[in-house]
Amino acid sequence: MEKSRPLWDNPLQFVFACISYAVGLGNVWRFPYLCQMYGGGGFLIPYFIMLIAEGMPLLYLELAVGQRMRQGSIGAWKIISPYLCGVGVASVIVSFFLSMYYNVINAWAFWYLFHSFQEPLPWATCPLNSNRTGYEEECEKTSTTQYFWYRQTLNISPSLEASGSVQWEQALCLTLAWLVVYLCILRGTESTGKVVYVTASLPYCVLIIYLIRGLTLHGAVNGLVYMFTPKLEQLSNPKTWISAATQIFFSLGLGFGSLIAFASYNEPSNNCERHAIIVSLINSTTSIFASIVTFSIYGFKATFNYESCISKVILLLMNAFDLEEGSLTADNLSEMKDYLMATHPQEYAQLSPQLKNCSLEAELDTAVQGTGLAFIIYSEAIKNMEVPQLYSVLYFVMLLMLGIGSMLGNTAAILTPLTDSRVIAARFPKEVISGVVCFINCVIGLIFTMEAGNYWFDIFNDYAATLSLLLIVLVETIAVCYIYGIRRFEKDLQTMIGRKPNWYWKVMWAFASPLLIISLFIFYLTDYILTGTLQYQAWDATQGQLVTKDYPGYALAVIGLLVAASTMCIPLGALVTFIRKRLKRESVPTVA
Amino acid sequence: MLRVLLLTLSVVAIAHAELCKPDAQNAFKVRLSIKTALGDNAYAWDANEEYLFKAMVAFAMRRYSSKSTTQISNVLLCNVTDRVSFWFVVTDSSKNVTTVPGSEVEAAIRLNRNRINSAFLLSDKTLQFLKITSTLSPPVEPSTPVWLIVFGVVLCLIVAGIVFLIVAGIQQRKKRNKESTERENLEEKGEVTVTVENGIPCEALDLKAGHINGVFAADDERFTSL
Repeated sequence: MEKSRPLWDNPLQFVFACISYAVGLGNVWRFPYLCQMYGGGGFLIPYFIMLIAEGMPLLYLELAVGQRMRQGSIGAWKIISPYLCGVGVASVIVSFFLSMYYNVINAWAFWYLFHSFQEPLPWATCPLNSNRTGYEEECEKTSTTQYFWYRQTLNISPSLEASGSVQWEQALCLTLAWLVVYLCILRGTESTGKVVYVTASLPYCVLIIYLIRGLTLHGAVNGLVYMFTPKLEQLSNPKTWISAATQIFFSLGLGFGSLIAFASYNEPSNNCERHAIIVSLINSTTSIFASIVTFSIYGFKATFNYESCISKVILLLMNAFDLEEGSLTADNLSEMKDYLMATHPQEYAQLSPQLKNCSLEAELDTAVQGTGLAFIIYSEAIKNMEVPQLYSVLYFVMLLMLGIGSMLGNTAAILTPLTDSRVIAARFPKEVISGVVCFINCVIGLIFTMEAGNYWFDIFNDYAATLSLLLIVLVETIAVCYIYGIRRFEKDLQTMIGRKPNWYWKVMWAFASPLLIISLFIFYLTDYILTGTLQYQAWDATQGQLVTKDYPGYALAVIGLLVAASTMCIPLGALVTFIRKRLKRESVPTVA
Repeated sequence: MLRVLLLTLSVVAIAHAELCKPDAQNAFKVRLSIKTALGDNAYAWDANEEYLFKAMVAFAMRRYSSKSTTQISNVLLCNVTDRVSFWFVVTDSSKNVTTVPGSEVEAAIRLNRNRINSAFLLSDKTLQFLKITSTLSPPVEPSTPVWLIVFGVVLCLIVAGIVFLIVAGIQQRKKRNKESTERENLEEKGEVTVTVENGIPCEALDLKAGHINGVFAADDERFTSL
């Protein structure tokens, strides 16, 4: 009796799983930054063009391959062509790298979540120094939220070389994060299918709550107006188009093998074309939705900081010139400054280095992305809201849901090929295989909980997946269109869905998407070559800000290894298959 | 008689002016921010408030050192501005025309800062003694950090979930193995008919409503219209 492949209980679970995987932290912390840098509302134009040109076609391709072949990435590409087993292996290796470092973000989200149950929030005030006469020096130089992130969460070392020790608090949170992931993938699609209902829908509830709260905050409109006014001149900047293409590409999570894994658990007659369109549209809409929330938070924070700056200047002037309270307000500040400059020139000159020019534009201009946006900027905005504990808990639960949803996809990409291979699956039940994978990842992930861990995190985040994925997806597209043959693929789709793909899909698969990926690839390579030495941002505790440093030699070696480990699999796989076929041909005697 | 009185008064006034002036030795600057602290309930700073201030400083000096015999007249205020800020100095009642050392005054005020603040309905931030730093109160720290408690709760829940799922999985597998051996035994006896389709039992196949295959859906177009 043949053991049937586990299936999703209904197509909705599959769609939710894909949405949960694709809608991740990148939608929240990368898209708003790109929108701000590359022309505000105008960025949506290249974004949607790229969605249509590469996002939807490539997503449909991966889902169709997975659904047709009904195997994980290694098995699926082997069926397409035996020389392409390296592509599947490369996907698994990239997913492995990703799951190693991605769960650390969940650990940080847990840390902040557990610390949200205090009054006041721990990132709202600076801790006192040793003789209790003032605040900690490092905290004074920078802001309370930055201090909490860099010192109390990461306990970051001044450079990559100074590794420091493993932070036991972070290690505990990382272990918990892996236990949560294990709980969700323990029973395969049975458990994953139920979990994705929560991980896909809860972030939207929180985003809606934050949208309502964000739009009613004082100063939110400043942020929205500033960010969304289109700066159409940015459209002529090639970086805009490249960033749009990159964002669509990485946001959908193509090339990791997760989409193939999810689709392989589908019924063969599932309408993956419709699902591909739905998932990609929902992903892009969520990005825009999240950036509205982010911009209103930015506006609130910028207005708050601007008004504090003005109050500080007023206080300084009042104290220096012993003016009556209430005589200086935000409205008459500039006139009073001129008046004071005229009447007391010497004292004013002495005071002027301390008088900062407060500007709302300058506050709004600080563009942040990544962990900085998620953990520093948002927590800064939250501490100034009413009932900050509630909003803090909601926000970090949302980050957790987004992160765990993406982790489910990553681990599915690693586990599906393993459970498909009869060598391993026959001997060990899937609980044991999942457990071993989670355990290995957790132990390796302890590197990122060391004092220099955040620098290694940045290395993995920037280099582990970028080039390799572009190459993998390029090979995938070319393989399906030209090696497997687009007519054969058309027929397969017709068998599955009931109709052939129309000319839009075929044109995109055969020409547009590969061309786009090749141009992205060339751009990245030239960018790396032209920059020369790679640099990173290190936290300087004495100054209270980030400084740029060069990577040491061994870090560059690790970067090279990360990229090579996955990209080399593709030619190596083809080579190994070729050699194996040659050997088989030679060993089998020719039948007369 | 009148002339002697006038002379002593002027001497005292000049002496006071000598002792209490900005940046004088042992003098302290005080700054109040009444409107910031009290908003609409702010009181005006007048001679009565100054009297209260002198009384509070004298009270602080007396409380600090039991030997002290500071009188309200020993506390001199000068240079009151609109801000409201002024300088004050404490003269020594036993020795004429000298001021109490600044360190003693500082220690006395530090000790009684709370009482002085509450007399004026202000706080450390709104009633500032510019050279006297206040000891900041440390935040309340519970014995076990709160985050560890929440962490412990979540950890227990997750571990319980994992153990439950693993045990349920093992039990299911045992039941399935027992069923399959039973079925094999029954099949050998030929008693159980298991409907089999292509080697896969019908129960394992998906028995949901049929899917419409688009190729065959356009049925009505097969027949040429009349």
